[in-house]
Amino acid sequence: MDFDFEAPLEELKEKIKLLDEKAAAGDATASSKAAQLRKKLEAQTARIYSTLEPWDKVQLARHPGRPTITRYSKEMCDDFIEIHGDRVFGDDPAMLCGFARIGDQRFMLIGHRKGDTVEQNIEYNFGMANPEGYRKAMRAMHLAEKWHLPVVTMVDTSGAFPGLEAEARGQAEAIGRNLMEMAALETPILTIVTGEGGSGGALGIAVGDRILMLENAVYSVISPEGCASILWRDGTKAPEAAKALHITSSDLAELKVIDGIIPEPVGGAHSHPEATMENVKAAIISNLKELEKVSASHLTENRYKKFAAIGRFN
Amino acid sequence: MGWFEKKVDTEAIVPDAIWQVCPSCKAHIMKDEWVKNIKVCPKCNYHDRMGCRERIKLLIDDGTFREFNDHIVPSDPLNFSDAKGPYAEKAAATVKKLGISESVITGSGNIGNTRVVIAVMDFRFLGGSLASGTGEKILLAVEHAIRFKRPFIMLSASGGARMHEGIISLMQMAKTCAAVSKLEKAGLPYISILTDPTTGGVSASFALIGDVNIAEPGTLIGFAGRRVIEQTIKQKLPKDFQTAEYLKTHGFVDHIVERKNMKSFLENLLSYRLK
Ligand SMILES: [Zn+2]
Repeated sequence: MDFDFEAPLEELKEKIKLLDEKAAAGDATASSKAAQLRKKLEAQTARIYSTLEPWDKVQLARHPGRPTITRYSKEMCDDFIEIHGDRVFGDDPAMLCGFARIGDQRFMLIGHRKGDTVEQNIEYNFGMANPEGYRKAMRAMHLAEKWHLPVVTMVDTSGAFPGLEAEARGQAEAIGRNLMEMAALETPILTIVTGEGGSGGALGIAVGDRILMLENAVYSVISPEGCASILWRDGTKAPEAAKALHITSSDLAELKVIDGIIPEPVGGAHSHPEATMENVKAAIISNLKELEKVSASHLTENRYKKFAAIGRFN
Repeated sequence: MGWFEKKVDTEAIVPDAIWQVCPSCKAHIMKDEWVKNIKVCPKCNYHDRMGCRERIKLLIDDGTFREFNDHIVPSDPLNFSDAKGPYAEKAAATVKKLGISESVITGSGNIGNTRVVIAVMDFRFLGGSLASGTGEKILLAVEHAIRFKRPFIMLSASGGARMHEGIISLMQMAKTCAAVSKLEKAGLPYISILTDPTTGGVSASFALIGDVNIAEPGTLIGFAGRRVIEQTIKQKLPKDFQTAEYLKTHGFVDHIVERKNMKSFLENLLSYRLK
């Protein structure tokens, strides 16, 4: 995917590539020119990424090159045992759940699963879960509670799937029940919005003791396109809607809806997936360490207070 | 989660002061009869939408209702403006026009022998949208129910979360459900009554997780909008899709109760709570 704001970078990258080829052929001036341009590229990238508009971040958050939960489970974790099915209807591939380990830290990993390829995306329904996905997630959380494992949820979905069967099987009930049961879950819950936090479908696994966002992730009550077409009656006003809705990580930190921002390397998670996963790993380790010190009764009481405080009238 | 997706122009269905045209079967009904019949069509049993105060009058014993927190009005956490202007102005105008402070009114009152805490949403208030004031009033009502060990009755009528308060509105889904989880832990009854329409973020939070879910006949209940679903799956939806009857068939609503029987139904149901 190409972004308008990345166009000047693409040009530079092309030039560097050509110079590198010349340098490889023995052209000494080309080699020093390439080095110069590399510095320029770095500076320009940093400048562009420090002035991104909310709508740019929407594009970044949806970038297919961002690490998916499949990669987090395989590359960031040292071990992962997937569990399947909600024990009622079926196994939703759009929701990945399983026992995960990083070093000595064991936890239950739960999250929306987008694909790394087009084929995978079709198989995983582009990360849009059905009711059985939300019910599988809840089953995994209760299992974690029973085994005294902390829970890490990773949010990356445009929303819960809007389908006939999803409605027939109770999409609304499944999400509502998760919200209620997560509030009372007697084990730590760490939520990380890694990409797209799309409305109720995101929230259905996001009632965390701590909520973190990757720097370029977004989290919103409605997609900017949807909001624009309703409130502006014009879908092309999505960039304005994105701004008005306050959906970036810094917006949400300011609103005190999230507890922290996990930095992405300059150039974004899609340019540096490994370094991004390292940052996420560090955040998981340090946050779980702190949350695991809190007693179960304090955890649920603090979680209640945390959500009760959002939108408190004064 | 758009509450203006379906525009209901009530002016258009009232040709003059004497006749009420049923929005469903288009029959002309005398206004007096329409009101006497609590806004239910005598020809086709269509249950028309109702304001929150009318609902309280219908369900709570005369003179026993005490309203909570009517000072809680819409906040504007995002300083939101759209093509039509500032949200704060629109919200203030709505409060003034309807004489209710938010999209829900809450309070305590008697249903026969039982004192209950009740919350009633009003679709006329920005589409019954769930926003910070709504969530706050519901949470405080539930906390009151827990303190005084009262059953909690929730009447929903909503197009979903209020976009103008952005993520803060979305979080009210979690906030209200956290309150319901406390009710659950306290062992107190939670009766959810779904009225037309109950969709989007309200359907996906407190509306379908009652101990008993009750709906009025014909109520629209669903998570995603009909049009969005049709566009996504590219097929026609069944005629009764997302009606109260459809949800009952699929196991998500316990009972469909006609408006005129709702109070006696509740009174009887509450009698089964032995302690
Ligand atoms: Zn009729």
